[in-house]
Amino acid sequence: MANAEETARAADARDIRDRWLLSAPALVIILLAATGPLFVMLAYSFMLKGDYGDVQFGTFSLDGWTSVLFQRDMFDDTLGLADAHLTIFWRSISLSFYTTVLTLLFGFPTAYFIATRPPKTREVWVFLVTIPFWTNLLIRTFAMQQVIRNEGLVNTALMALGVIKQPLQIMNTDTAILLGMIYIYLPLMVLPIYASMEKLDFRLVEAGYDLYAGRWQVLRRIIFPLIKPGVIAGSILVFIPSLGAYVIPRVLGGGKNMMLGNLIELQFGAGRNWPLGAAISITLMVLVMIALLFYVRNASGSEGAHG
Amino acid sequence: MKWKTTAATAVFALLAFAGSAYAEGELNIFNWGDYTSPEMIKKFEDTYKVKVTITDYDSNDTALAKVRAGGHGFDIVVPSANYVPIWVKEGLLLEARPDQMENFKNVDERWVNVPWDPGRHYTVPWQWGLTGIGVNTKVYGGDINTSAIFLDPPKELVGKINVAPEMNDVLFATIKYLGGNWCTDDKELLKKVRDKLVEAKPKWLAMDYSVTEKLPAGDYSAVYYWNGAIMRSRIKNPDIKFGYPKEGFPFFMDSVAILKDAKNVDNAKLFMNFIMDPENAAMISAFAKYANGIKGSKAFMPADMKDAPELVVPPELEKAGEFLTPCSPEVQQLYTRIWTDVQK
Repeated sequence: MANAEETARAADARDIRDRWLLSAPALVIILLAATGPLFVMLAYSFMLKGDYGDVQFGTFSLDGWTSVLFQRDMFDDTLGLADAHLTIFWRSISLSFYTTVLTLLFGFPTAYFIATRPPKTREVWVFLVTIPFWTNLLIRTFAMQQVIRNEGLVNTALMALGVIKQPLQIMNTDTAILLGMIYIYLPLMVLPIYASMEKLDFRLVEAGYDLYAGRWQVLRRIIFPLIKPGVIAGSILVFIPSLGAYVIPRVLGGGKNMMLGNLIELQFGAGRNWPLGAAISITLMVLVMIALLFYVRNASGSEGAHG
Repeated sequence: MKWKTTAATAVFALLAFAGSAYAEGELNIFNWGDYTSPEMIKKFEDTYKVKVTITDYDSNDTALAKVRAGGHGFDIVVPSANYVPIWVKEGLLLEARPDQMENFKNVDERWVNVPWDPGRHYTVPWQWGLTGIGVNTKVYGGDINTSAIFLDPPKELVGKINVAPEMNDVLFATIKYLGGNWCTDDKELLKKVRDKLVEAKPKWLAMDYSVTEKLPAGDYSAVYYWNGAIMRSRIKNPDIKFGYPKEGFPFFMDSVAILKDAKNVDNAKLFMNFIMDPENAAMISAFAKYANGIKGSKAFMPADMKDAPELVVPPELEKAGEFLTPCSPEVQQLYTRIWTDVQK
């Protein structure tokens, strides 16, 4: 018996070794392709900037990192907070937050509506939600511009109806960016919520009503806890791309209201400060990572409670 | 089966067509957006049987950054005067010696011994113009020959102004407006420049490049922008008027250069020679509405360009115009800092 056990153990060991060998190419590619560029960015963020972009190789400097949050006053040379960057960080975070909340507000009822249709028509509704994905992001953003600009659909209609005399200035404001992001990211909220909602056992809802729960109670105590993973997944899917949005603020914000994506682009382009650009990119990644950690903790918590 | 045969024939016909039309080579041009006459390109393609591809950029720095990064595949670039020395110093341009080309005799003497390329060893003139004021006179009827339009805007224009996001042009106008000289390192004055811009910026609507579309449509009521674009706006909407800031305004000239790592050097040289021909230069100007530096091209220009108020500087304001020269790296650094504060 002992012999047989040993053979089995040896076979197991060989099995494990084979598995590692077989997955080695994939692991190497993932390590090189996924983390390699990150290390390049990290290295660049610690070098001195070149005169016309690029970095000076072999130098070491913390300038890139300090200037993410601080700047030397150009006139009296005192170190102060870089309020330009803080303004942009704050705009990115708050606009992404509002986008998440508002897409949730519109996305939840939409998903509920779809999930409560008969299975055949459900497919049609989901299909309709995904249609915007067929169109290029840039084109959808320009379409939004046609809707909200001074001579656009909304303003012309309101003026024709006599509601307003002067066109509403929506274009080139933070509101325009927010509207654009809600429009673009709404499907990313609807689909995960719908996926959770579809699995929801509506008999539980009926049971809730039978036990004299009001509509609000049913929503809060039964539906919401059961679809919470979908809500969190949707929020993450909306919040993360919003943080790094580039095209939408560029087209709808008029180049005057930058978000983080635009600030990073500026550093690699006209700003000619690659170390700072790399440092801001990594900062953005850390922000996203924090958001993801939050998700993982919440998601595992809810699974523990209901799984 | 019939449709299949038809489809196959169509595909082969297309392939054959593509083969014959593009057999002679390619030329990849990297130029400012909305700046290259399609008719002129078509003529070049037909004359030399070369397929031309145009890629846009929106600022000198973007172009410089992209080309420096390598792997761009472009043959020709069109940097502004004050950037040409940087391109040369960085070793990015080919010394193509356009001054020895056949059509060089057409270049106006005024544009031969230019400070950024003495004797024209690297570049040939593309177009030149100036940055000035465009105002929709239906919205504001006052004096528009002043930078106050965007630095101390009248209340009718607050929130309706677009300013070109070009650091040098904006800083030049502001420094002049506050009584300084270009490339000044006087910190007292520069502090005022920054404060003035930071104070003015909330009164602007945008810092964007889509003026030829949005000024005539009424999205913007005033702009600080390039004269050719404002002229194109005026043609679409006659209420637009052009103003020359009396405090000072910058001239610019963009010049065509061949990149050192160009793959189609021969075609690029053909192109350089081609655009120094008066008729072809006139086509460039007729499209983008800027003057070119080629003698005799006026004869081929459309009538509306010869006495356009955007192109003929009034004699009493001509002295206010100045060419942007490159400043020292220290001064440039100061200006970049001011610009970041403005752009946040």
